[in-house]
Amino acid sequence: MPVAMPPSDDAVLARRAEIVAALKRIVPGEGVIALEHAMRPYESDALTAYRQLPMVVVLPETTEQVAGVLSYCHREGIKVVPRGAGTSLSGGALPLGDGVLLGMAKFNRIREIDFDNRVVVVECGVTNLAISQAVEQAGFYYAPDPSSQIACTIGGNVAENSGGVHCLKYGVTTNNVLGCELVLMTGEIVRLGGRHLDSSGYDLLGIVTGSEGMLGVVTEVTVRILKKPECARAALVGFAASEDAGDCVGRIIGAGIIPGGMEMMERPAIHAAEEFIHAGYPLDVEALLIVELYVARADVDHLLARVQEIARQCRAVTYRVSNSEEERLLFWAGRKAAFPAVGRISPDYYCMDGTIPRAKLPLVLRRTQELSVKYGLRVANVFHAGDGNLHPLILYDANKPGELERAEEFGADILRLCVEVGGVLTGEHGVGVEKRDLMPAMFSEADLNQQQRVKCAFDEKSLLNPGKVFPTLHRCAELGRMHVHAGRVAFPDIPRF
Amino acid sequence: MNAENLKPRDGAEVEQAIQWAVAGGKALELVGHGSKRAIGRAAQWDVTLDLSGFSGVTLYEPEELVLSAKAGTPLAEIEALVAASGQELAFEPMDYGPLLGIAVGAGTIGGVLAANLSGPRRIKAGAARDHFLGVGAVSGRGETFKAGGRVVKNVTGYDLCKLLAGSWGTLAAMTEVTIKTLPRAETEETLLVLNLDDATAGKVMAATMGSFADVSAAAHLPAAVATRVAEITAAPGAVTAFRLEGVAPSIAHRKSVLEKLAAPFGTLGTLGEAPSRALWRAIRDVAPFAADGPAGERYLWRISTAPSRGAEVGRRLVERAQAEIMYDWAGGLIWAALPTSDDAGAPLVRSTVAIVGGHATLIRAPAAVRATVAVFEPEPAALAALTKRVRQGFDPQGVLNPGRMWAGV
Repeated sequence: MPVAMPPSDDAVLARRAEIVAALKRIVPGEGVIALEHAMRPYESDALTAYRQLPMVVVLPETTEQVAGVLSYCHREGIKVVPRGAGTSLSGGALPLGDGVLLGMAKFNRIREIDFDNRVVVVECGVTNLAISQAVEQAGFYYAPDPSSQIACTIGGNVAENSGGVHCLKYGVTTNNVLGCELVLMTGEIVRLGGRHLDSSGYDLLGIVTGSEGMLGVVTEVTVRILKKPECARAALVGFAASEDAGDCVGRIIGAGIIPGGMEMMERPAIHAAEEFIHAGYPLDVEALLIVELYVARADVDHLLARVQEIARQCRAVTYRVSNSEEERLLFWAGRKAAFPAVGRISPDYYCMDGTIPRAKLPLVLRRTQELSVKYGLRVANVFHAGDGNLHPLILYDANKPGELERAEEFGADILRLCVEVGGVLTGEHGVGVEKRDLMPAMFSEADLNQQQRVKCAFDEKSLLNPGKVFPTLHRCAELGRMHVHAGRVAFPDIPRF
Repeated sequence: MNAENLKPRDGAEVEQAIQWAVAGGKALELVGHGSKRAIGRAAQWDVTLDLSGFSGVTLYEPEELVLSAKAGTPLAEIEALVAASGQELAFEPMDYGPLLGIAVGAGTIGGVLAANLSGPRRIKAGAARDHFLGVGAVSGRGETFKAGGRVVKNVTGYDLCKLLAGSWGTLAAMTEVTIKTLPRAETEETLLVLNLDDATAGKVMAATMGSFADVSAAAHLPAAVATRVAEITAAPGAVTAFRLEGVAPSIAHRKSVLEKLAAPFGTLGTLGEAPSRALWRAIRDVAPFAADGPAGERYLWRISTAPSRGAEVGRRLVERAQAEIMYDWAGGLIWAALPTSDDAGAPLVRSTVAIVGGHATLIRAPAAVRATVAVFEPEPAALAALTKRVRQGFDPQGVLNPGRMWAGV
């Protein structure tokens, strides 16, 4: 892949044996993996087109070990890439050949469930779903639910600010995390937030969330849990035109209804999902909406009636409401299996993740079709329609020369289109290495420099997960320099406007 | 008011003003309407940078749940605009006017975000930070930058909006902001539980938050404080209040859930829509401790802690400092009015927070006290150093509101 990573440090590689020995003193037992075949599982995350063996893999078990590894690497100038479950779709956990891959999977304990304050304190390697499972007996759950929730870790969720299908109503990770323990690259351990709300000082928890593992290593997270809604019902609405479905989404929200989730699929994805799961999806429609209401029992009929009326106004051709929990889950099963279902109709697919203002949906769908023709590749569209987050799946065959490159160019064009219409490059998958070089489509050099100065405040030597997010690496000293020189004052007099 | 006052009209003039301050080593005080000027450490600034000229909503699309405005746009103008479309700022930003003894209804959207304001609905809908989607700003380096976007779901680059929210103008001068708007509930009602002691109220509030009642606010007003709120002044003692919002049938249903849960603890009462709105406005703006009321002379602390520890905080402050207390956020937000003293009771407040976890901010005290007592929660060494480095990343010369949050930062 033509993505330039930071230049390899030969001096570090030459000292590999010594470094491995030193790391083994910090993390004893089998926590240091240096054999090539044993490191192989760590060479990529879920963006498998990018692969790189790390210099060494370290699997610490305690915060003190993490601090020990980081302070050693800081002192010795060794790069570190943190990794949760390796489910990143943007290459956030792609290793560096001259770096330590810091696997956090052993941090897998739930430390405390506190129903009085409606929080759960977990180690960073606990999976997203395990949190909900731990509290479901009492009728609670953890709201953000990324598709990878059975595998992805809460530490990775914090790093990526993960979303999911229900974030329209309940927010993404940053809205549901109250605190964390963070180890800085220097080895210093700091606690951000706690079981209380907000910060008296700077919202450092807010900036760490979504920083793609570049500001510190999260070892413990305190999340907010919510009472499960009394009632969940879903409506499955089919349309003869995608524009009508898009229109319906806007009108539902415009009517003051915020569904728990609102998902849209287009014809190729509907067919793939139906053949795979047999969810009972109508096959003669161009677009399908799942509108799920999470409400009090007294609300549900009245709100469903309003949704049905809006759907009718938007020329819906089919309308079905789940009449049992099994049926509701079946509606979702098709949607949740949409990616693997598409995997059955194409040797490979490339999942995009832009977000757009919802009103631009018809325009973006039309232009995506045009691009599909231009690149000669099919595309299956799946969206978190409520919040305008698109997941076009570009179908290709990696065994055909040039197809992967064409798919990537097609994807980049879609993302540029998202930015052009007022949207963003990534809604929930992160920038990582995948979208790094597209960042200038959205941000000026000054914008990116200001973000990098935050990176410098946390990691002055740029050793933690370098090469991700920012297309150009700057030295912190260079970024910190002011264009003001002693003795030459640019503005001697107070400005007069 | 500082001797000099700069009122830039566009971003280029903000850049020019900040670059001038950097070059000349001047300290700028950033203000919009100046409605929260009395909050923070009392420090000296050379020149006021008045951003109230940046006014006007530039984009409002109700169906997209999004609004962009220049940072100096009056909050009242924005609230009126979105209300006309049946929407609101769900985080319910409080008005510090009554507490600080200044006009009610002042303040700009930039100020709301810079102070990360919220209100009783914080427990359900989040604070300003949670609704802050995008920003255009000029850093303390005098450089214009933007962050975020206009869509809700966005992880493109670092979330600088979070850092600017609650930074009290110490990182950048915001010029334009984009926020999320949400549909406003059709109506509301409040259930009152009478005569609970603070600890029992805390337990009832915790049980409520874990129920299907889906309350949008839960507060507890001890007797002395409750008598100062018109809507509940007739109550014989303490009042614990729960707000239900939505459509009428839904409220009725959830109210029955709530009544079943609360009935064993005390006598119940109800407030209909209009008095309910008035009550929550009074709680939002901490009216019982208003500057022109009986507690007006007292020093006021705002303490955020785990809800289950709220009553313990209250008890310590009452027993040891004759504090008057009011609880919001199901017990997690404590407003404590302490008798006047040279140290504003800081040693007791800080040691209490150290026991229960959380943070305390000295909201109201004379400038002389705010010059000597730490106003914001002091941070442990490693965190304080990190905070300082973050600040330097935006404002290396310390020209924007220096010393407002911490001495020397």
